[in-house]
Amino acid sequence: MLEVTGLRVAYGGIQAVKSITFHVREGERVALIGANGAGKTSTLKAIARVLDAAGGDVHCAGQDITCLPPHEVLGSGIALVPEGRGVFPRLNVLGNLLMGAYIRNDKAAIAADLEQVYGHFPRLKEREKQLAGTLSGGEQQMLAIGRALMGRPRLLLLDEPSMGLAPLMVQKIFEVIRTVASQGITILLVEQNARLALEVSQRAYVMESGRIIHTGPAHELLVDPRVRAAYLGE
Amino acid sequence: MKHPFLHALLRLPRHSGVLAVSGSLLLLALPIVAMWGGQAWVRILDFAILYVFLALGLNIVVGFAGLLDLGYIAFYAVGAYTYALLASPHLGLHLPFWVILPCGAMLACLFGVLLGAPTLRLRGDYLAIVTLGFGEIIRIFLNNLNAPLNITNGAQGINLIDPIAIGAFKLSGRTDIWVYSLNGPQKYYYLLLLLCTGVVVINFRLQHSRIGRAWQAIREDEIAARAVGINTRNMKLLAFAMGASFGGVAGGVYSAMQGFISPESFALNESIMVLAMVVLGGMGHIPGVILGAVLLAVLPEALRFGVVPVQQVLFGKVLVDPESLRMLIFGLALVLVMRFRPAGLWPSPERQRELAEAKS
Repeated sequence: MLEVTGLRVAYGGIQAVKSITFHVREGERVALIGANGAGKTSTLKAIARVLDAAGGDVHCAGQDITCLPPHEVLGSGIALVPEGRGVFPRLNVLGNLLMGAYIRNDKAAIAADLEQVYGHFPRLKEREKQLAGTLSGGEQQMLAIGRALMGRPRLLLLDEPSMGLAPLMVQKIFEVIRTVASQGITILLVEQNARLALEVSQRAYVMESGRIIHTGPAHELLVDPRVRAAYLGE
Repeated sequence: MKHPFLHALLRLPRHSGVLAVSGSLLLLALPIVAMWGGQAWVRILDFAILYVFLALGLNIVVGFAGLLDLGYIAFYAVGAYTYALLASPHLGLHLPFWVILPCGAMLACLFGVLLGAPTLRLRGDYLAIVTLGFGEIIRIFLNNLNAPLNITNGAQGINLIDPIAIGAFKLSGRTDIWVYSLNGPQKYYYLLLLLCTGVVVINFRLQHSRIGRAWQAIREDEIAARAVGINTRNMKLLAFAMGASFGGVAGGVYSAMQGFISPESFALNESIMVLAMVVLGGMGHIPGVILGAVLLAVLPEALRFGVVPVQQVLFGKVLVDPESLRMLIFGLALVLVMRFRPAGLWPSPERQRELAEAKS
């Protein structure tokens, strides 16, 4: 599904991502874990083309998307849920969700998808007319995920969905991520909360200062002493 | 128990037809009524509508797309000079208005893209500074393009600009229609009203179109807008281009109406005035912008006429020069409005609700 080869990202002279190679298979749930500043978010942004890569290439479903303009990335099936939510604060919930379907014009299918998103997040239905900027952090995260789903992606890129949320809300968000994945949407998840990420995914890559230093099935990494020591706080 | 008239007003849908008809009749009768106060009042009305036109153009850039433009008047200048150069003895050209106005709009549009393209990555205050510089550059060029080749006639401006004319029917001078004799400003009023209605309709259509939604998304969060598949670059350029074209048309009509233009008319304070109309009225809300433009165009003039008699009644003589007092009152009015109605005099319902929610 997603094939990343030799991807590099640089901010000025500083290399945030130093030539990483990884892949995500169709229908898989894959996590990218690591400490602050490891280059996880930069990797995700480069894939979604919100950021320009300094080198390497990205293929999605056989299509080379390395040089695609950012607004065409969603059309190729990749949706990004940005870090810090990035909802449209002065649009209401419904407006935000419909904006997610901006590139589509199949009205009936959009309405059906809207119902499905409301099914995942009944809270959003209750707050349909409320301005997104006045929602709680957790609700905004739900909205950001909902909006990404409205673009009918095949691959969902999630950037720190647990950031700044109450534990109960985190549980809820991750439940929905599981449900979404079970419907056949491929998931690439970036998380600082390594335990959570490993529990929800099948495979994971561990990043450290711009490189991938470990990889393996999530359940193995969960018991790997090095990972436990560095990222699970044991 | 509500007053029956108020009651009728509040139930808009049923009576909106009646309101629309009476509103249009009022607008049509206005220049004839204003004539009782003298031709000066008709000219004030002309400028009020011209400013509505300009403000709605700027509203596309600032209100819809959220791009703070402090050099908007430059596009107005481009339109005005295009008209003046193509229809005056200065270059000896006398093209008809239906050729020049589109030319002016196109040229202004081109300048809009020229300004938009290098500023795509800028937002907020940075964009404001660049656009401010752009506006000044245009004005300084107009001021100095008289040597070595005299194109704009420099600071002296261009005189004897042709009025808008269809065949032998000119918009300047008097025309007898049935029993009433219409003068120049009154005829321009009707032309401006017609053009302005067009701009209002275009604005409303744009706001609720796919393009309008894209601008809204860009205004709210540009990265998120890109993430939902909006081509932010093209959409921002489109906003600049459309806003600029409206400015260009307004400039052309201004040129024809005045018969004389000089770079002085396109200074920074004009840009700020138009921006103040948009902000004061209610950014992004079309009725609010119209209200803001009419108020800010008429208020200073009304004060000009009101200040002297009021002083004579109060003090028996004129203590303060009307010109300075006028700007003082005007400035005070702006400050008060922003203090007590921070979202503008007539903000959009969403904006109003947002302020209410932020307070609670």
